[in-house]
Amino acid sequence: MELNDLYRDVILDHNRQPRNFGALEPADASVEGFNPLCGDRLTLRLRFSGDSIADIKFDGQGCAISTASASLMTEAVKGRTRAEALRLFDRVHRLLTDDAASSDDLGKLAALSGVREYPARVKCASLCWHTLASALNTEAPASLPAVSTE
Amino acid sequence: MNNMALADKPAGFDATFDVEALRRQFPVLARRVHGKPLAYLDNGASAQRPIAVIQAVDDYERHHHANIHRGVHTLSQEATALYEAARDGLVRFINARSRNEIIFVRGTTEAINLVAQSYGRPSLKAGDEILITHLEHHANIVPWQLLCEQTGARLIVAPMDARGEVHAEVVESLMSPRTRIFACAHVSNALGTVLPLRRLMAAAKARGIATLIDGAQAVPHMRVDVRELDCDFYAFSGHKMFGPTGIGVLYGREAVLERMPPWQGGGDMILSVSFAGTTYNSLPYKFEAGTPNISGAIGLGAAVKFLAGMDRDAAHAHESALLRHATATLSQIPRLRIVGTAEDKASLVSFVVGGVHPHDLGTILDADGIAVRTGHHCAMPVMEFFKLPATARASFAFYNTLEEIDRLAVSIERAQEIFA
Repeated sequence: MELNDLYRDVILDHNRQPRNFGALEPADASVEGFNPLCGDRLTLRLRFSGDSIADIKFDGQGCAISTASASLMTEAVKGRTRAEALRLFDRVHRLLTDDAASSDDLGKLAALSGVREYPARVKCASLCWHTLASALNTEAPASLPAVSTE
Repeated sequence: MNNMALADKPAGFDATFDVEALRRQFPVLARRVHGKPLAYLDNGASAQRPIAVIQAVDDYERHHHANIHRGVHTLSQEATALYEAARDGLVRFINARSRNEIIFVRGTTEAINLVAQSYGRPSLKAGDEILITHLEHHANIVPWQLLCEQTGARLIVAPMDARGEVHAEVVESLMSPRTRIFACAHVSNALGTVLPLRRLMAAAKARGIATLIDGAQAVPHMRVDVRELDCDFYAFSGHKMFGPTGIGVLYGREAVLERMPPWQGGGDMILSVSFAGTTYNSLPYKFEAGTPNISGAIGLGAAVKFLAGMDRDAAHAHESALLRHATATLSQIPRLRIVGTAEDKASLVSFVVGGVHPHDLGTILDADGIAVRTGHHCAMPVMEFFKLPATARASFAFYNTLEEIDRLAVSIERAQEIFA
């Protein structure tokens, strides 16, 4: 178990300078994610253009893994269609939980693969993705309940 | 940073307290984690077991297991004798008046729920008040909230100050003619604050208010005398005092327990059952429905014996030295803030480090073999008070060493470098 496999440079960079961090107004969808065990909280706001994610921002507070994961996610899904973003959610989910999962073509998101050696931290990385999936899987995102890891 | 050299033992350090000999009594302390010697600084969550406890449980499981209070056969009688001997040990340990005052439960949480439901529910009515403090563990908040929902009573919360102290005069000012129950921690699990119980208990008693003390964090650190405290209920858990999990104690003043109806119905808590009605068993069995955690109680009995055989004053002095050393050492780390700086504190330090989230810190410390708790410590109102999502907490036992605290400081600085 090597710490620098968890805290790779990409993760540290996105924690230090999170991309797409802050409020998005107006937004078509706003969903909250909460990890009651560690207190991580984030709000995800999306603006759609047709079926595509035109813009996405997050804010909140969390550990380096959760902040970097959200930052990387917003970069990765901006401009993608709902279906593409959900496929990415599946890929990342497998990357975080399945040792055999491939990180080919995942670009910077591959940096999250180190998390799977730390089972206690998987939820930190997956919180923002579950929050995104919740926003994408519903027709009326404005009325969504908060997403919880528990 | 300038770690205190080992030669520089802090003032008050008792060189005659043989920590190394004591550590040998706790087998897990010899293990390595990620290739480093384990530094177990998460005693507030659960303490480790000495050989005496492990052997008592093992001996029971191998040679004496049977159901208690049931059979005339040899094993049942032996199991009953061991279980009841554990109860007798607890009577002496907290200076209860009799064995009727020691109820075995699963832990502190169950003890408080028992009191809320069996004492509180039949006696409280709409408009009555239950008084707690801001620094309580969720286990001393939620059972009272449930009781409020059931009875229409109101929960009143006594504030704490910026150091995490609860002041007796503030609590007293909130004791009203409607206050029926006052429940508070002996020691705060999130901050380490020791509450001014002598005065609080006297104030409650003078007003006829029933009192419950959550002693989960106190029993491992200090001598507890329920008669001196003069409380109605005192709750604590086995696993925080070097015993097994799943066993704990509710102490209750006998006269109060006598008037309370049973909480759960079942075997062992009855004298006779017919479909026309049931006669309840006497204390303490009235509150011990069903087959209890027999091996847990026996293990707890062994933990009590272990503690009673120690020089607890010396152990307390050692823990105080650990607290002073940790406070001094961690205070020297830039951007580290200690949360909870009460004058009277048990040996734990809650802290946050600027630029390093407690969860990341916990992972990095673990890589160095150091176990601390990170999170909200089941005390979300405390975290909310300090406007923090979480803290890291190093909680010490008498088997911890100054060197382990020095390692903690070095590892915190390593985390700061990673996130610099």
